[in-house]
Amino acid sequence: MSHQILLGDEAIALGAVHAGLSAGYSYPGTPASEIMEYLVRLAGETKAFTAVWSVNEKVAYEEALGASFAGKRALVSFKHVGLNVAADPFMNSAVTGANGGLLVVSADDPGMHSSQNEQDSRYYVQFAQIFAYEPSDHQEAYDMAREAFDVSERFGLPVLMRMVTRLAHSRSPVQTREPRGPNELKTGAAKDWTLLPVNARRRFALLLDRQPEMVRFSEESPFNVLKLNESDRSLGVIASGVGYNYFREAMKGEAALPSFLKVSTYPLPESLVRELVGHVDAVLVIEDGYPFIERQLKGLFGIAGKTVLGKLSGAFPVTGELSPDIVRRALGRDPLPAVAASGLPLSGRPPQLCVGCPHADTFKALNKALENYPGSNVFSDIGCYTLGALPPYNAVQTCVCMGASVGMARGASDVGLHPVLSVIGDSTFAHSGITPLLGAAFANTDMTVIVLDNATTAMTGGQPSYGTGERLLRIIEGVGVAKEHIRTIEPLPKNHEKNIQVIKEEIDYRGLSVIVAIRECVQETRKKRS
Amino acid sequence: MKQDIILAGVGGQGILSIAYVIDNAALADGLFFKQAEVHGMAQRGGAVQSHMRLSSDAIWSDLIPKGEADMILSVEPLEALRYFEYLRPGGIVVTSLTPYRNIPDYPDIDRVLEAVRKAPRSVVVDSEKLAREAGTVKAQNIVLLGAAAGSLILKEASLLATIDALFRGRGAAVLEANLKAFELGKKAALGA
Repeated sequence: MSHQILLGDEAIALGAVHAGLSAGYSYPGTPASEIMEYLVRLAGETKAFTAVWSVNEKVAYEEALGASFAGKRALVSFKHVGLNVAADPFMNSAVTGANGGLLVVSADDPGMHSSQNEQDSRYYVQFAQIFAYEPSDHQEAYDMAREAFDVSERFGLPVLMRMVTRLAHSRSPVQTREPRGPNELKTGAAKDWTLLPVNARRRFALLLDRQPEMVRFSEESPFNVLKLNESDRSLGVIASGVGYNYFREAMKGEAALPSFLKVSTYPLPESLVRELVGHVDAVLVIEDGYPFIERQLKGLFGIAGKTVLGKLSGAFPVTGELSPDIVRRALGRDPLPAVAASGLPLSGRPPQLCVGCPHADTFKALNKALENYPGSNVFSDIGCYTLGALPPYNAVQTCVCMGASVGMARGASDVGLHPVLSVIGDSTFAHSGITPLLGAAFANTDMTVIVLDNATTAMTGGQPSYGTGERLLRIIEGVGVAKEHIRTIEPLPKNHEKNIQVIKEEIDYRGLSVIVAIRECVQETRKKRS
Repeated sequence: MKQDIILAGVGGQGILSIAYVIDNAALADGLFFKQAEVHGMAQRGGAVQSHMRLSSDAIWSDLIPKGEADMILSVEPLEALRYFEYLRPGGIVVTSLTPYRNIPDYPDIDRVLEAVRKAPRSVVVDSEKLAREAGTVKAQNIVLLGAAAGSLILKEASLLATIDALFRGRGAAVLEANLKAFELGKKAALGA
């Protein structure tokens, strides 16, 4: 037993390691990156397990599922939208089931600190009909991750852990326990894992049969806490995850708490929910993310004789991250006295490309090259270079999801737009840019793809990239792009005129071109020097 | 006993190193703590803040409620102003006076410092000058930690031990500069 200072993300990682983890897989994405950062570091030191940055989240999921099928305990982690990428194997793994314990960590980003949406992973839990945990603090993150592997093996199903940014990126001491060793190799159940219709029907029926047992397990979990206030039945609170912390924070200094249910596992502990609701006149649901619990409680018709309060009722904003202040207000408590705002108008300080960033030089050349093409469209992708959408560049017009720029460029070109460009980083290209390029190369689509090769996954802190340098050029050629239309530029101020010329030439070529802008990320160069 | 601190600055100014030192000192002092920080996109030259909560009792929220912060500790004066509504009546602002101008509409620095001084209590130090004097301009964050040290509920020995642990691996000169930066910050706060 010892205390370690850990991020919420790291607490999950260490809990998994202490549960006998054999293999972990991930693709970087805020706020989940630190789970695999920690595992990679620890695996490097101990050599006790495998920890790998995968090419994308779908691949990561499949790698983890393979390790589970081999009987070992495996983890796969990603940000919430990463689960969209991995949704196919995820949904089907609920039908095949797991062999060795399989923990899926999906980190949501309420408030969109670093994301394109604030989707709530609990809907995926319900969709796949599996068991899930939602920790409220670091100790729970560690303890739940440990327990999740046992639960996964008990039900023979993957188990999901729902994280949110606030806990993922908060540090606190965690008490750790004696580690457990890894599982033995164990193959088996071919008829369970081969989802031909005949097998899939049987397996899906089994998954449905297990649901009542999962609800019972949730009802008995010590992580769910029900406390009834016998003298005051006016209001009860259902709070999950960090919402529970804000509830307790707001009630600090009060002599008595209202009746409450802390929800930490899914499917919902139904009997506990009924007991709480039966005890009170009104229920306030406090949850970070979508009104997932509130909607289930309310259903279409509401609960006769009861008031359900939450995001749907207007007690909380429907969008954005919860905060202690929002929850305090919803509980009817006055704001704390505070110092007044300074009154000085404070302009925002948004993130921006680093001084000397190669992307800046590429955008400058691109803007110049496009000056005389007013009808052009530059589809972009996900990475630091998405900041090219902001002043002073205003160089790109889209950011949708990983790899989208290449497929979208083809669609626009197919219906007659010219010039059409795609701007995508090397890691994003490896993640999801190669497959759409394969189709565009087959059709020799009239479009120009610019791959920004900075030799790293920069936005999330410099994880490895699988499609960079010579390897990247060979991939592009191998996909079928004509060799004479694979061009390279070095984005530096001294090459500005030359680079404009290359971009112009390839725009004017009415087929598929790929320009690779090669220069290392300045953050990585700096790291190597220090 | 509790202390809630908003750490503020611009991505790259070493806010998370200040947090690291306080975290470890709090652990050594046997306090509970939670420290919420910003990762990802905002670290690219954007406004960065960390909510640092220390207490002798268990802590619920990772975020500091508005009106609960005992201190704003900022490596940049404009960034200190951003979080005034978190400060409790009687709270203290400890900040650098050196602006970080990476935005086109940075307000007049005199007006910024005048607004900072409207806080119930404030300590404004020339962290850039003092860090240079200590041996490296990079140590501005530790100058500010030193300036705040006298107001923290942490033992100074615990802070110094963590600074030692953090910088020892980077060579004797770096360690020496940071220890000196801490001392100069401390002295400046006494004189402020």
